[in-house]
Amino acid sequence: MTETADQLFVILQHWLVGHAPVGLQSIVSALLSVVAILVVFASLFAITTVLERKGLGRIQNRYGPNRVGPFGFLQPIADGIKSLTKEDIVPQAADKTVHFLAPVVLVLAAFSLYAVLPIGRNMVLANLDAGVLFFFAVSSVMEVTIFMAGWSSRNKYSLLGAMRAVAQMISYEVPLILASVTVIMAAGSLSTVTIVERQAGYTGILPHWFVFTPWGFAGFVLFMIAATAESNRSPFDLPEGESEIIAGYYTEYSGFKFALFFLGEYLGMFAISGLGITLFLGGWAAPLPFLTWVPSYLWFFAKLLAMIVMFIWIRGTLPRLRMDQLMNFAWKFMLPMALLNLVTAGVWRFLPQGVLRWLVCSALVVVPYVLLGRGLMQGWKLEKRVYRFAE
Amino acid sequence: MLGEGIAKGLVETARNFFGSYLSKDRLTTVQYPEERLPQIEATRDFPFLVYDGDDWQAGMRCVGCQICEKECPPKCIYIEKSTDKKPDAVGKLQFYPAVFNIDISVCMSCQICVEVCPFEAIKMDTEFELSTDDRFGGLLWDKARLSKSNAYYGKIHPTDAARSDAQLAEEKAKVEAKAKAAAEAKANPTSPSPSQPGSGGSPIQ
Amino acid sequence: MLFAIFAILTVAGAVAAMSLRNLVHSVLVLTVAFAGLAAVYLQLGAQFIGFAQILVYVGAVAILIVFAILLTREATATPRSILADSWKESALVVLVVFGVLAWAIHKSAASRNIVPPQPEATMQQIGSALMLRFALPLEIIGVLLTVALIGAVTIAMQDRQETR
Repeated sequence: MTETADQLFVILQHWLVGHAPVGLQSIVSALLSVVAILVVFASLFAITTVLERKGLGRIQNRYGPNRVGPFGFLQPIADGIKSLTKEDIVPQAADKTVHFLAPVVLVLAAFSLYAVLPIGRNMVLANLDAGVLFFFAVSSVMEVTIFMAGWSSRNKYSLLGAMRAVAQMISYEVPLILASVTVIMAAGSLSTVTIVERQAGYTGILPHWFVFTPWGFAGFVLFMIAATAESNRSPFDLPEGESEIIAGYYTEYSGFKFALFFLGEYLGMFAISGLGITLFLGGWAAPLPFLTWVPSYLWFFAKLLAMIVMFIWIRGTLPRLRMDQLMNFAWKFMLPMALLNLVTAGVWRFLPQGVLRWLVCSALVVVPYVLLGRGLMQGWKLEKRVYRFAE
Repeated sequence: MLGEGIAKGLVETARNFFGSYLSKDRLTTVQYPEERLPQIEATRDFPFLVYDGDDWQAGMRCVGCQICEKECPPKCIYIEKSTDKKPDAVGKLQFYPAVFNIDISVCMSCQICVEVCPFEAIKMDTEFELSTDDRFGGLLWDKARLSKSNAYYGKIHPTDAARSDAQLAEEKAKVEAKAKAAAEAKANPTSPSPSQPGSGGSPIQ
Repeated sequence: MLFAIFAILTVAGAVAAMSLRNLVHSVLVLTVAFAGLAAVYLQLGAQFIGFAQILVYVGAVAILIVFAILLTREATATPRSILADSWKESALVVLVVFGVLAWAIHKSAASRNIVPPQPEATMQQIGSALMLRFALPLEIIGVLLTVALIGAVTIAMQDRQETR
């Protein structure tokens, strides 16, 4: 019974594919999965926009949107209608082809990230041998589209915002990939399905997720910080926060194209959280051994929801980081920590199981964290400001 | 330690989030238009013309002196004086405005017209939900639209209305006293007029 | 058939990259050519190379070229003729090189439809080959990249110190 509930969508897909002619069956099967991904994640995007606004509102001691529908949950429909009916303004000096293509390619790349995420047992669109590599490859396509958006607007502020966004994204890609490499090392494969399978199993009550190891926990924290920066979310939203002050890379976009950018950004956020869940939090596995009767896709979405709540919480808490603070953090703190994490993961693998392994690896993670933190914070003294030319 | 401040901040925002559900005084939002914030007594939005009694045309206090029209900074008042007279608030025969228009889309609620009016005829209203879809004349108000009774004035600005009524009553009393004295003087022409100074001083002996 | 599509895409991208007047446009079309090449790799079953091509070329090299263009010259510079002055000599050299390559490919085994059994190239094998059999070349390449990086930084730093 639980088996049927767990494999419900797989069974449904097989049944539907059975109706298609034999030659087209693989295409129909792929099409069904693609349609399912489009529908599910686009609705998740809609729900997240309203959840975020209400969540941020409550954090800020106010209601969020509460007029459209019960408790405001139909707000995305109103937003969708608004963005569809706004006038689509393209600046006269803008590069029309590139200006049009940028949001389209962004959304294309964002949707294709979901192809390698295992959403449930046997529920992955493409079980690629190099799944994680595919994921990072496609997310680097997203950086090019952001640059395209900023450059094609022929607006010096957009260009500046785009260049800053691209610099931020390529800087944070390095700790992101290094944090994932530790997991790949531990699992022995680049395939997301294999990585999830390696995290199945329970010792007593504790699951074998990688996050419950010292290097896994550090890797998870590094991964999530880098993921926040990759999706241009607060506190790393300098490229889009600038648009409140001067301009950002999508200033010259109005109406539906703006909505597409928004969609692409949020989809990227979900995809990278999905990858974090796959790599560190055990994918679709249940957290406790007696909860395995709950279908696997529900666990995946529960974990995804927890990640989204974390993102919203952090957005409501932290102020925006300045560009130099952001880059310093990536190169001076996160990169050394990621490299040390790599060493720790290796040490973990080669030590025998037991308390010694835990002590050594925890020390290897915590001590550099504290020392590096202290070392980097030493230069932070509030000094009297000295003007070079004004006196 | 690195990250300590962030953790403290996260705890604070979590407390805000859950507190907003548990304690009602965290959310100070007023859900307009179901609820409204109470207005203070000295609220001023747009002017209105005060009339005494029930007939707005007979009881209108405005005498068409055009002082408010001249003093209005954005010049949103337009007055045309009448040619006949009618008794005003204190009983004297005065002109009255045949046309009195205020363009409230121009009016900036500065209350100068109220301050300069010598007849307590124009006061500030407290209504602000005045949107209209008539682009061309919907916000150009004429005499009829602008007239509101003294009872209404007493309801929206009680202390001001009390002061204004007291002032008008005093002026009315003075006018009536003068009129009574004039009537008595006309009735008894030979009695020494009380306005002659009495021989109170000591005569030179 | 699929190969024909990807090949045409790649060649068209490369030709457009050379012939477009706007420099940033040509970089973007070059990116398309890179992606077409990655698609050819994927079609041949070389997953690692294909995705690494996208990750490195599209994700890093294209962005690097774009930054270089934007930081060093005006993107809306006056478009000059797409043919350089010495186009006749260049065309001759191109034809000669093309001829040599075509002859070499024609003479090789691949064009005779005798396809040797393709070696398995799973991730495991690439990884173990890189770490065990080709460890020395890998380290040398790493050293080479580090040297290039340090050299670039040194040159840039010297310029900065000169202009100070």
